[in-house]
Amino acid sequence: MQASPLAHHFESLDKQAHAARLAMWIFLATEVLLFTALFAAYSVYRFLYPEGFVQSSRAIETWIGFVNTLVLVTSSFTVATGYGHASRGDGKRTALFFGLSVLLALVFLGFKAVEYTHHFQEGQLPGPYYRFEGVKAPGAPLFFALYFLITGLHAFHVVVGMTVLIVVGVLAFRGRYTVAYHVPVENAALYWHLVDLIWIFVFPLIYLI
Amino acid sequence: MPPSPHSDAPAYAPRNYLNAPETGLRSWLTTRDHKRIGVMFLVAVTVFFAVGGIFALLIRIKLLTPQPAMMSALTYNRLFTLHGVVMIFLFMIPAIPSGFGNFLLPLMLGAKDVAFPRLNLLSFYVYLAGAAVALFGMIHGGADTGWTFYTPYSTSTTTDVVPILLGAFILGFSSILTGLNFIVTTHTLRAPGMGWMKMPLFVWSIYATSIIQILATPVLGMTLLLVAVEHAFGWGIFDPARGGDPVLFQHFFWFYSHPAVYIMVLPAMAVISEVVCTFAHKNIFGYKAVAYSSLGIAFVGFFTWGHHLFTSGQSAFDAGIFGILSMFVAIFTAIKVFNWTATLYRGSISVKAPFVYFVGFLFFLVFGGMTGVALATVSLDVDWHDTYFVVAHFHFIMVGGVIMAFLAALHYWFPKITGRTYPEGWALVAAVMVILGFNFTFIPQFLLGNMGMPRRYYAYPERFQALNVASTAGASVLGLGLLIALVYLLVSLRYGPVAGPNPWHSRGFEWNTPSPPPPENYEETPVITRGPHEYDDEPAALPPAAAHEPEHAS
Repeated sequence: MQASPLAHHFESLDKQAHAARLAMWIFLATEVLLFTALFAAYSVYRFLYPEGFVQSSRAIETWIGFVNTLVLVTSSFTVATGYGHASRGDGKRTALFFGLSVLLALVFLGFKAVEYTHHFQEGQLPGPYYRFEGVKAPGAPLFFALYFLITGLHAFHVVVGMTVLIVVGVLAFRGRYTVAYHVPVENAALYWHLVDLIWIFVFPLIYLI
Repeated sequence: MPPSPHSDAPAYAPRNYLNAPETGLRSWLTTRDHKRIGVMFLVAVTVFFAVGGIFALLIRIKLLTPQPAMMSALTYNRLFTLHGVVMIFLFMIPAIPSGFGNFLLPLMLGAKDVAFPRLNLLSFYVYLAGAAVALFGMIHGGADTGWTFYTPYSTSTTTDVVPILLGAFILGFSSILTGLNFIVTTHTLRAPGMGWMKMPLFVWSIYATSIIQILATPVLGMTLLLVAVEHAFGWGIFDPARGGDPVLFQHFFWFYSHPAVYIMVLPAMAVISEVVCTFAHKNIFGYKAVAYSSLGIAFVGFFTWGHHLFTSGQSAFDAGIFGILSMFVAIFTAIKVFNWTATLYRGSISVKAPFVYFVGFLFFLVFGGMTGVALATVSLDVDWHDTYFVVAHFHFIMVGGVIMAFLAALHYWFPKITGRTYPEGWALVAAVMVILGFNFTFIPQFLLGNMGMPRRYYAYPERFQALNVASTAGASVLGLGLLIALVYLLVSLRYGPVAGPNPWHSRGFEWNTPSPPPPENYEETPVITRGPHEYDDEPAALPPAAAHEPEHAS
């Protein structure tokens, strides 16, 4: 029903899928490094201001972070299930499960918004805007600078990931992908797993330790 | 700017990427042909090379006198910042990989295009967008921080540093996209028969460059964003008054910006490896050593950033480790230098402009590299730190290296790209002027630095004046040489004699197709049966002289 997805400069669909997959993994590496810079900054300042960081970490709502972790892990499960259906050529179910994942992502962002509102009310804000009475130890304003940078960048990635899932989900629903060629579904799933995986590191750094 | 086939000589491929599938500005701006994208990159980087060069000349003219003159100190600070930003982010980083790499990589691999042609075009437009944002920042006040954007000055300066930071951030994406594309292309689109050990050395070096581009650039992107956030909102990440650590910025910055030196120099080495074989008409000596040393430089380059922080409060132990690791780069570089030199031995050398630039490159690389080893010695660096010695060192190794390789590539592949030849006599004159001018610009700066003149100073003591005048004189010769090269190359675009498919009798794979190449590179997929730089077999096996014959594998 569609024109062949094979581009003129590849000898076969297999090779083209291999290229797309390799590119995705390389791209994920760049994403990891982007966050690594922030994690490195976090480590340095945690080392410099252990007290301020520990107390700030205790002062935020751990349960929201925990629920959000569960939500994201579940969304990874639904994305993986959607990919499984794509590899068997069932585009409709792929779309269904990707849709579920997008809903879970919205739940995640909803909790995040509740949490941000709370921080604004309490004055748990970066640098000169810090007004929170609960933690007086030095380094707390830096903790919240890094908190907003890391969770903000992650939330941005959630939004991008949702967009990717919606686009690929719609294309899957329209029957664009086949058993032979469904690498865009695979790449969308890979990207979503990365967004999830980064959160798996963010959660303990921000909320637990 | 597609040259029109003015001459009717048959050697000019009648149907080529310049006139097919169509001509016209629109077809260029929407093209997905890697060759056209490469040419567009070359035009853009040449423009920015000129812009950065004009900034440099203005700086040199100011430095003719020790007293304040001609411009205010703030203007001077803006000029050297813009000179650095333009030359590094807009010229040297994209020049060879995005320009020549785009044009040549698929040709050398025997591929029809890069793996992701649309992404490739996007990379060009992202580059233009980044350049536009940075240019806006330059016109809109211009930063005075130096291209290194050191905190806390960069977060407190009254000049508008944010657009330039964002411009560099956007340019990083262009660099990442190109690197990603090249890695995947090298992995998936090699012609049948081309194993990794049959890849041209150009490809090896560009591959190593791409690895650095994708691994280091994201960290710079994040760092520049942090500085922009800090400058705009004052969150205190790098601000000691708010508990932040400015030295952390230096670590982040050099984690990218030291490997960035190899993003600039490795592609230069890529060009040189090709040029030396072609103009010595000889097999490369030590193919594997040259290939693997590129990866070695890429790897070690990630562990040397601390040598920029010897005087920033780093522990003496760390400084020693970083110093030793930095010297490893010299070992890998020396491996290349010895192999290139050994390639010349008993070769049949044609002294054409690209070869002259190769000789210049070798001098700048060895001299710049040895001063680099000296600077990596902690005790010496403490003395030379932030003087003109450092300025002269990095100009020798990275600017000298890149300009030599860029010009060598421009002359060597001019027939490949345009199908025409340039005037050899003028080219030799320009080459000699550029090389001598460059030496006369920077050797006085080595001496100035050794005498203690600090870099980036607007006014300086009288006793430094003679050498500063010498340096400015050298820069004028350098500028004139480059201008001559620009003029005759532009003239040759239209009036140069038709070159034929392989004017150099090179055995490089990219010459196996007509010049300029047809839009799909090869009429049929070539099968690679020999190594990339083999001059052993009889010349009868050279690629066919007439472009019409569709045989390609030889």
